[in-house]
Amino acid sequence: MSEAVSEAPVLDVSSELRAVHSHLARRMLRNPFGLLALVILAIIVLGALLAPLLTSYNPGAASVTNVLLPPGHGHLLGTDGAGRDVWARLLYGARYTLAGALLATVVAAIIGISAGLVAGYYGKWFESTSSWITNVLMALPGIVVLLAARAVLGPSLWIIMVIFGILLAPAFYRLVVAAVSGVRHELFVDAARVSGVSDARIIARHILTVVRAPIIIQAAIVAGIAIAIQAGLDFLGLGDPTIPTWGNMLNDGFTNLYRDPQLVLWPALAIALTCIAFTLFANALRDELERSARPARRRRAAATAAARTAAAEPVQPGSGTVVHEEPDSPGSATLLRVEGLAVGYPQPDGSITRVVDDVSLDIRRGEVHGLIGESGSGKTQTAWSVLRLLPPGGEILAGSVLLDGENLAEASNAAMRDIRGVRIAYIPQEPMSNLDPSFTVGSQLTEPMRVKLGLSKSQAKTKALELLGRVHIPDPARTFASYPHELSGGMAQRVLIAGAVSCDPSLIIADEPTTALDVTVQAEILDLLRELREELGVAVLIVTHNFGVVADLCDRVSVMQSGRIVETGPARSIFADPRHPYTRSLFGAILEEDHARGPYAVAAA
Amino acid sequence: MSEPLLIVNDLVVEYPAKGVGRHAFQALKGVSVDIRPGETVGLVGESGSGKSTLGRAILGLAPVTSGSITFSGRDIGSLPRRERRALSSEIQVVFQDPYSSLNPSLTIEQTLTEPLLVQRISKEDAGARVRNLLDQVKLPRDALGRLPREFSGGQRQRIAIARALALSPTLVVCDEPVSALDLSTQARVLDLFKEIQETTGVAYLFISHDLTVVRHLSHRVAVMYHGEIVERGEGEQVTARPTHPYTKRLLLASPVPDPVRQERRRSERRALLDASEEPDAQVA
Repeated sequence: MSEAVSEAPVLDVSSELRAVHSHLARRMLRNPFGLLALVILAIIVLGALLAPLLTSYNPGAASVTNVLLPPGHGHLLGTDGAGRDVWARLLYGARYTLAGALLATVVAAIIGISAGLVAGYYGKWFESTSSWITNVLMALPGIVVLLAARAVLGPSLWIIMVIFGILLAPAFYRLVVAAVSGVRHELFVDAARVSGVSDARIIARHILTVVRAPIIIQAAIVAGIAIAIQAGLDFLGLGDPTIPTWGNMLNDGFTNLYRDPQLVLWPALAIALTCIAFTLFANALRDELERSARPARRRRAAATAAARTAAAEPVQPGSGTVVHEEPDSPGSATLLRVEGLAVGYPQPDGSITRVVDDVSLDIRRGEVHGLIGESGSGKTQTAWSVLRLLPPGGEILAGSVLLDGENLAEASNAAMRDIRGVRIAYIPQEPMSNLDPSFTVGSQLTEPMRVKLGLSKSQAKTKALELLGRVHIPDPARTFASYPHELSGGMAQRVLIAGAVSCDPSLIIADEPTTALDVTVQAEILDLLRELREELGVAVLIVTHNFGVVADLCDRVSVMQSGRIVETGPARSIFADPRHPYTRSLFGAILEEDHARGPYAVAAA
Repeated sequence: MSEPLLIVNDLVVEYPAKGVGRHAFQALKGVSVDIRPGETVGLVGESGSGKSTLGRAILGLAPVTSGSITFSGRDIGSLPRRERRALSSEIQVVFQDPYSSLNPSLTIEQTLTEPLLVQRISKEDAGARVRNLLDQVKLPRDALGRLPREFSGGQRQRIAIARALALSPTLVVCDEPVSALDLSTQARVLDLFKEIQETTGVAYLFISHDLTVVRHLSHRVAVMYHGEIVERGEGEQVTARPTHPYTKRLLLASPVPDPVRQERRRSERRALLDASEEPDAQVA
């Protein structure tokens, strides 16, 4: 257990989709749309609050003599059909309009969020009942309900907005229920329960924090809708005529449309700007959340870490790689030669994060070559770059990948499509997520054969059944007709192996093919790979972190650290005599087989 | 000889049938195991063996259909929620996945002080205890103000261990705590587990699928298969010279990191499979 491999804090942002709020607020201000939206909203709110300072007129003061005056003469925007000052009505109207929208949003939020939290956390009958009620509410036509309410309860703005809030609660409810159900089964919730935290505290602290940002986005959208609907009702003349609102102004302006067209302009502008500002705010917040989620992939963070340590040492081609000589001269020809491969991810600030740096290896026909390393070593990135299937953002920066003389690093996409599956096949790590759940196993096996090899449907089916038998699936016909969810992990991996050999490739790239499987199943899959290698003479590049797998299967091994190959050679030679300090530290970390815990003794604490 | 700290007797955990005409699923079919103070009992099995379910039942996270779980003489099998919460200072957990066992929006300090504050320990005392814990798991003090995303898998697992130790429990259920870690990190975290047991005398129920890992840490080992314990005994003996055919299969299936020995083990495994009466046709 050497300390040579230091554990520096890695910026590991693996399955992270929830941003930190302090950083988020700052990022919102830097986002141009977010800033614009906040500025517009700030101006409107300030205008509403400071109305008495900005105008001396009473918004309700009608004057028969001053009807429909144009702007000027003491009236900034003129007067309306009843002689009231338009500017004053705009400012005071902002108060009522915004307050009404706020009321609707708050009512919707309180009902929706609390019901969503309880339903999402406890589930069962509460969730079924709430969902049923929610569906009914959503099916109701909103405006018709509001009209009915107005007919019964009178034209009060506040009552209408409360009812509207109830109608809008489902928007929050569904959002919260989905988020909470997703988080309810997370391990940190279980850990909190084991720590003795009460349910109420778990909901408030652990679950609510996760759902905060989506709720804010929803609130902004709901506020915009509330303003629009409220204005609509007032415009139809169904609102409260005694209070100034933008909708009432629209109504008045519409009535006087031919006599003074610009009366409609000001409230319309106000409504539009406010709704746009809310929408922009919601969009900007969502963009910022997504941006913090996009780099949150393990590969990318591991890439950053690998590059950082790689960048620390000066780049010297091939130096530091310990090569074990072959005892005999190499018998078979080279199938794949990788030379000086460098892979990197361009960063937003212009720099390039290198995850693979100056990697050279060759794979001979029919040999099993192990690529071993820890997370962040670049082994998987190397395998993917042979197939030219790097994740978005990744590029091959330098070097060549020669398959029978043809350079794959520079081949066209069409040429690569012809090569993938036919000359180089791929076995992934997670068998279940690599099978489409909507199609039967049979159709997923036969499709590539029909497309790539031009076989007819029955020819492909015969071959598929033969392959399923070859990978020791007990009832090939039954598996052929099954769906992926009906298979166990080991069977799914056998199906994928069958698919990999279906087009007779010369090289199979296996990316940690047994990591997700039980150990007894793993042994069987390794047996299968060995068998197929002997039968078909196919070469295998196996990427793994498990030395046992390497010892079991591989002829030659390359050890990777931080994007570089540090040691390479025949497997027996490397196991017998590891020379590079990193390889030795890895071997040192393997638990000694002979070491067992001593007998139990009642120890003093 | 000391009294067992935890006694599980004939535990059955059954999940109700989903839908009409389906059978209930028995995750545990009458399991009995005991753990003495300061002891590590290893629980080995593959997926579907029920090993995690046993751990969760002890923690109160899985429903007990029948049988008993006795802790320090008290029956804890079907405690109501409030009384279960009082047990949190005695039984704790370290989970497998370091990436989802810490709340991503809380700082390390918030995560670690939570169990202490729930037990009504004052903020100052909690703060001192938390700094102490970080020293125990060998993490720097400045980790307190940071978020989980800034740490590697091995470091997060240390934080999870610190959280488990916060209330000085007498039993910690470790559910595959090193399975998701790199090789070199695994070794260091296992050493940390051993060191903590030697200093504090805490007992472990150490669940894993890896015989070598279990052997390293456990005094006694129990092997599970399909909801039952098929073999149990001294750790050293069960993991090196097992008697039950399933344990033998498990042992021979784990590859050794040595090509020469692995070839030998492969032929031993072949011999075992050929010799066994039941056809190994339960192709997984």
